[in-house]
Amino acid sequence: MDLYEYEAKQIFGEYGVALVEGEIADTPERVESVAGRLGRKVVVKAQVKVGGRGKAGGVKVAEGPEDARARAEEILGMDIKGHTVHRVLVEEASDIAEEYYFSFLLDRANREFLSICSARGGMEIEEVAETDPDAVVRTPVGPEGVDRDDALGICVAAGLPEEVRERAATVITALWDVAVGEDATLVEVNPLVRTADDRIVALDGKVTLDDNAAFRHPERTPFANGTGTDERELRARERGLNYVRLDGEVGIIGNGAGLVMSTLDVVAYAGEDHGGVRPANFLDIGGGASAEVMANGLDIILGDPAVRSVFVNVFGGITACDAVANGIVQALELLESRGEDVSKPLVVRLDGNNAEQGRQILTARAHPAVRQVDTMDGAAALAASLAAEPAGQR
Amino acid sequence: MAIFLNKDSKVLVQGMTGSEGTRHTRRMLASGTDVVGGVNPRKAGQSVDFDGTEVPVFGSVAEGMGATGADVTVIFVPPKFTRDAVIEAIDAEIGLAVVITEGVPVHDTAAFWSLAGARGNKTRIIGPNCPGLISPGQSNAGIIPADITKPGRIGLVSKSGTLTYQLMYELRDIGFSTAVGIGGDPVIGTTHIDALAAFEADPDTDVIVMIGEIGGDAEERAAAFVKENVTKPVVGYVAGFTAPEGKTMGHAGAIVSGSSGTAAAKQEALEAAGVRVGKTPSETARLTREVLDGG
Repeated sequence: MDLYEYEAKQIFGEYGVALVEGEIADTPERVESVAGRLGRKVVVKAQVKVGGRGKAGGVKVAEGPEDARARAEEILGMDIKGHTVHRVLVEEASDIAEEYYFSFLLDRANREFLSICSARGGMEIEEVAETDPDAVVRTPVGPEGVDRDDALGICVAAGLPEEVRERAATVITALWDVAVGEDATLVEVNPLVRTADDRIVALDGKVTLDDNAAFRHPERTPFANGTGTDERELRARERGLNYVRLDGEVGIIGNGAGLVMSTLDVVAYAGEDHGGVRPANFLDIGGGASAEVMANGLDIILGDPAVRSVFVNVFGGITACDAVANGIVQALELLESRGEDVSKPLVVRLDGNNAEQGRQILTARAHPAVRQVDTMDGAAALAASLAAEPAGQR
Repeated sequence: MAIFLNKDSKVLVQGMTGSEGTRHTRRMLASGTDVVGGVNPRKAGQSVDFDGTEVPVFGSVAEGMGATGADVTVIFVPPKFTRDAVIEAIDAEIGLAVVITEGVPVHDTAAFWSLAGARGNKTRIIGPNCPGLISPGQSNAGIIPADITKPGRIGLVSKSGTLTYQLMYELRDIGFSTAVGIGGDPVIGTTHIDALAAFEADPDTDVIVMIGEIGGDAEERAAAFVKENVTKPVVGYVAGFTAPEGKTMGHAGAIVSGSSGTAAAKQEALEAAGVRVGKTPSETARLTREVLDGG
């Protein structure tokens, strides 16, 4: 889970990372009052979970409360790379002498954490990494973690000025404590600034928490409930479903993450021959594929107005296909008993253990919405063509 | 011969007395696996009856190994306890630890991976978040359904469980030497490269099928390895072309970050290394047949 800057900074504050004073606000009026409290000059920063907001005009300096209000009116509601700005962080403006870059991140290839540090931080860090890679120093974190000596070593290697190294090292060890203590896979500060009065301050903050470790951090649950998540995704999550909303017309249900990803691809290929229809979602109901989970999944997908046909793609491995077929039948009955509309065409492909028995169960039930195809490619083609047909002709 | 697991493998199950552990121990036994014991310190000294087969429960991996000569452990314990379970296996220096558990924090995986390295990699780790591995007709360590295929000469390595089953099923008339599910987490023990190297050295494997998915650069590195080190034909498949940037697609590791980890980049790297890449699982099966027929 990616955190907003203000959430990342809340955590930084708890770990003693030096920050500038600021407050979150969601209306221009609130921004004005925060700016009034902070003093003369402030920065109004869009809170979005996407990079490049500065270049998109989502960060503005304001000379006073009224100016801050005007800037907030520009920024709130702004669209930055598909993310709507609902909140801004209002912070006192800093007198910046130098900008550094620092991060800890999970290095998947080497299966360890890595620190990345540069004396040339700021918005152009990616360009620096490309044009002058030696200016960006990557240091693997050993099994013992990062102590003060390690942190000082990183500062020296990155060429941070001698007079700030002690303070920078304090920030770095605190950031490592964040990475470990919060089960973060990314802790990034860009820029880490040296102010004109020689303080070292985290001016921005980006943190990604490991969802698998959420059980260790119940106090961070509120972060998951922030805005920015699709409403249907939230409902699916509440029901324990592994669902991602996409922008197409063919609803997808399958068992196993790899098979579902593959199903999306096969549907997209088939859609190329049918007016460019695309998958409407990712939904993995897992190996078990019980009737209840199937019903919950179908409920989420059939309720999506963008969905015009559904492709249920199940490989019977641990759970044999006859059990899956019974699950589909029960799911449809369950939804009908709840008064839900189940008239959208449902293309079902069953393969693997007891596939024939499973198909017979569905054939015997003869639900008007259900159509069976024996192969994944054939089923994808049918689902795509059904989604491309005008409503009423299906 | 198969890789990593064969008819002589003696298998312990950590978490055997839990519901998943019990269910899959029964399946492993039914498919011919030599399950020699379970591990649960609170139930040490007891035994569990699986349809007439009495399987003893030991207090620790080391104790189980001492009593039975076990060389493989399959781990079903919940995510909270997985780190300690794997560390126990590493401390006991068992040859192979198969971590089925899904949802293990990545800091925990990085920690036990690092420990395994510090101990000289005496324990091969497969997973976490994987279906395990099967050498059909010999042994089955994990949750792969044994009855969808038969012994044969295809070696398969995959990040995905159900795609493994799909390919095993489509190619069931030819059969498999070993199929290894390496798992969909961002940090895993055994990689595509480890399996490719083992299949290359395995006289019973004629062709290798490699299944990847979005996220990280494991497929790109595997492609480079194939180019330099693999003489056997390799057929590939990559899932996730339609996955949007920044969304985790089911597997914790399946995420496109910025422009890195895309399926297109992986396909390109594999093809540049001479790997034939199928557009769909069925096409991948078809390509595998062609390669075996000398096409």
